[in-house]
Formats: sequence, structure tokens, C-alpha cells
Amino acid sequence: MNKYKIHEKIFLYFSITVFLIFILLPFVEMFYASLRPLDHLFRSPYQFFSDDLSFWAYREMWNTVPMLPRYIFNSFFLATTTSIITLLFVIPAAYSYARFSFPFKNTSLYVLLAINMFSGAVLLIPLYKVLRTFGLLNTYQAMIVPGVAFLIPTAIWLLKSYFEKIPVDLEEAAFVDGASRVQILRHIIAPLSTPGLVVVGIYAFIGAYAQQFLFAITFNQKKEFMPIPSGLYEFIGYTTVKWNEMMAASLVGIAPVLIVFLFLQKYIVEGLTSGAVKN
Amino acid sequence: MNKKLRSFNSPTFLAYALIAPAAIYILLIVAWPVLETIRLSFTNSSLAGEDYVGFENYEKMLSSKKFNKIVTRTFVWMFFSVSLKLLIGLIGAILLNANLRGRSMFRVLIMPPWVVPIAIGMLGWLWLYNGYFGIIAGIGMHTGILEGPYGFLAYKQSAFISTVISDVWVGTPMVTVFFLAAMQGVPKDLYEAAYCDGASRWDRFFKITLPQITPVIITMSILSAIWTFNSFEIIWILTEGGPRGATTTLIIDTYKQALGNYKFGRGAARAVVVMVLLTLFAGFYLALLARINKKISHG
Repeated sequence: MNKYKIHEKIFLYFSITVFLIFILLPFVEMFYASLRPLDHLFRSPYQFFSDDLSFWAYREMWNTVPMLPRYIFNSFFLATTTSIITLLFVIPAAYSYARFSFPFKNTSLYVLLAINMFSGAVLLIPLYKVLRTFGLLNTYQAMIVPGVAFLIPTAIWLLKSYFEKIPVDLEEAAFVDGASRVQILRHIIAPLSTPGLVVVGIYAFIGAYAQQFLFAITFNQKKEFMPIPSGLYEFIGYTTVKWNEMMAASLVGIAPVLIVFLFLQKYIVEGLTSGAVKN
Repeated sequence: MNKKLRSFNSPTFLAYALIAPAAIYILLIVAWPVLETIRLSFTNSSLAGEDYVGFENYEKMLSSKKFNKIVTRTFVWMFFSVSLKLLIGLIGAILLNANLRGRSMFRVLIMPPWVVPIAIGMLGWLWLYNGYFGIIAGIGMHTGILEGPYGFLAYKQSAFISTVISDVWVGTPMVTVFFLAAMQGVPKDLYEAAYCDGASRWDRFFKITLPQITPVIITMSILSAIWTFNSFEIIWILTEGGPRGATTTLIIDTYKQALGNYKFGRGAARAVVVMVLLTLFAGFYLALLARINKKISHG
């Protein structure tokens, strides 16, 4: 029933192209800039084309910012640790919300939603004090501890909806047959919820990867713990900005999340939207 | 249901015990800081120490012309950013919902701004906005729209617009995906019936799609208002609130006062204003959610 006429098709494809240009332009320009020699970038009047494009910047960037591998490692390490710790807190809580009814269940779920709306930026002052009290400033923990707190609420909501999809009869049957709760958890819940756990873990990883910057610039001054977003600012020198190398390093820095996302995008989008749309 | 099963399904103690770790963590890292911010807002806390000063921070803040300007600017910024996100998101969702070849690829291609760390995406925008070497100024100069180099982040008005555009860029994918999901959830038979009755494409959109996805549109407008209001990194990286304060929103001002000048007390008073506004948004959102849920469970 939905056959488009040829002029409608052209119009639709044209509009989609415009939309995609808006979305992808920064990345395309980043990639293009990373291929051009620095003196071509700084030509006046402006020139669209360079004749000697190369991947030179991708080699040179490691010399300009010698700590770059360390920053990339830090980003990965911070995001991985943050998401694993988040899961450890979230799994039992989400299970409890999915299976049991208890006083204040709905209220506390809504409180979680509300917490989600407070960004880290508002709470920086007291967080700074908390971290200072525990002696955590300028450590990895300075970025992990607040990071986990702001990922927990959404992660609970997401994982709860996964647990709810596992039929409760399975657990009841096992329980009546004399299985202990630990056995149920190990032999029924864990295998059935693996896909859900992966999606929530990926969500936490992407979130943790993205939120590092704010906590890093505020709570950490030590170079050796910096994640890549703050490390990238080292390409901004006193006299010139090495744009081509900075763009190359940026693209290398976002590659891990993009690859993870590409492989799992279907599940992530489904997981995130199904909760919100049904709500 | 036998007795054993009932005890299996409602063990209050176990339920709380499982939630406790997450709850305690959030109390410590989110709830306590909220209370501490409120307390600090009544002090002149700085690196040197703190004394109770009553409502002084609030009085100074509310009577300052600059602060009132910042509040107005925040809402204007939010208004433009949120409406553009919703409008572009809606158009985007319609386009990606069209039954065209390649649409599953298009759907993946719109996601990067959402997935990539904002701090890195903004470096790309910094380059685009560059007055001498950025492609926007480049096109402007080649077509003669611009007479010479033009730093988009260097002038008050263009910096304001530029930060809005970058914020829209970050927020649009999320909005698009949610609208798209909602459109796909509209029952197909509604369209088939309308088609048989001879309704045009426009009619089907305005009389079926739009009313059906209204709840999601409302939810998304409040959610993106909250996210936009909280938006910090985009402005901070592009302009640090400048030039001459032209892009200083409440969040930026709070950050500058607290961690730029180490005036924790004044910063805290601003943070409290932010929290009050956020609570209002959140309350609005939750009330709405409750109403929509009720409608769904009754209808």
C-alpha cells in the first residue's frame, strides 16, 4: 500500500541526505582534517582541497603527545571498571524490583528516575568535598565513584525490564522442587538474563566513556590518570594547535565505543526505547 | 498458591537487602551532596573556611542584574535548543520510518553524536566553527556570504546560535530514535483502514500518527528540556560561557562560581536554584508519566 512515486522517492532521499550531512559533518571534517598536512589546514584564503593527503598525523600524534597510549588505556580502564561496578550494584537491585513487591517500591523507582535528572555538574561542590574527605582526589577512584552513582538509576530501570521478561513460573517450579535461591540464581536467572546483562553493561560502558570528561577535569589533576578527552587538549600548544593530529587522536579515541556500538546497536536501541515508550 | 510459594514471592527483608547496596551508594554520592549543597548555600564557604551567612548569597544573587540575565538566557537557549531537537527529531523519524531501501543503514548512521563522548564531538565542532580554516567559514567566503574570515564563536550572537546548533546535534539522535520507535508501535490496521477510506498521506500522518505518538512527544519534550538544561560540556568546551558571558547558562555560571573562583557558598546557592528548577521539571514529568500509565492501564 505504501508505494512511493518517483518524485516522492527523490524528495525523501534528498531530505535524508541533508539530515545525515548535519549529523555526520563533524566526523567527516575531523577525518578529512586528520589526513591533511598541517600547513594546508592553515591556508588563507580557505581551500577545500589538499593534494597530498596522508595518514602521517596518525603516526606523528604519538610523538607529539607521548602519553597518548596511557590516556587511551585510562579511558578504557575507567569505563570498564565503572560499568562492572555499576552492574554489581544494579543486578541485585533490579532483580528485587522485578520480582518482589514491597512497601515504597514504586516511590523509590520514581525517585531513581528523578535522580537521573540531576547531572553531575550541579553536585560538583559537595562531591569534591566527599572525595577530598576520603582522600580520593587525583586518583582513578575520583572518576569512578561519581561515575557509578549517575549510571545506577537508568541501569536499574533497564535491567528490571529484562528480568521481568523471564517467566516467574520457572523460578517457582524450581523453588517448589527444593532449589535454594542461590541455585535458582545460578542455574535459571543467570543464563537467561545474559543478553540483558550484556546490553545494560554496554549501556553503562558507553555512558561511563562519555561522562569521564567532567569528572576528570574537576577531580583529577594527575596526568597519569587522565582519560582521552582531557588528554586531547594537549594538542593545543602555546603557539599553534596541531589540528590534524588532534583530529586523528580524537578518531582513534572514539573508535572503541563506535565499534562496540555498531555491533550491538540493535539491542541497545531496543532496550532503551522499549522502556520509555511503554512507560 | 501454597504457603511456601507465597513466602517465595514476598520476602520483604530479602527485597530490601538486595536493593540496599545501590540505595546506600546513591544516598552517599547523590542524596547527601544535595543536602550538603543546600547547607553550603547558607555559608560563605571557600578554600579559606566557612561561616554561616544566612540568606546573603541568595539576596546578592537574586538582586544581581547579571544573574537575572543568566536565568533569562538559560531559558531562551533551552527554548531554541529543545524546539529544534523536537522538530528535527520528528522530521528525522518520519524520514527514517519511510519504507525505503537502505533505511536500516540510515538508522545506524544517525547514532554517532549520541554514542561518542560529547567532549570529543565538540572538538570537531570547534574545528567547523573556526573562522579562518573551518569549512563553514570556508563555504561562506567562497560563496561571498562572508566578506572575510568569521570566527563563529567569537561574537556574542553567533556564539549563542553555534552552541545551540551543537547542542541540537548532540540531542537529536536520541529524540529521533524514540519518535521512530513510537511510530513503529502504532497499530498497522489503523493505517490500513484509513487507506481503504481513501485518506491521503498527510491525513494519515496528522490524524493517526501524530495523535498516537503524542504521549511520547510530550515525554521527550520534558526529558530533553531536562537534558538541555543540564547541558554543560558543550558550552564549556566551545566557549566557556563567553564571549563576554553571551553563552553563560545557569549550569556554566554555577560551575564558574564554585570551581573557577572557589566561592563554594555562592556556587551552592546557584546550584540550589538549578535543583529547584530541575525538581519542578521532574515533578512535572513524573506526574505526566503517572497520568499516561493510568490511561494505558484503564484504556
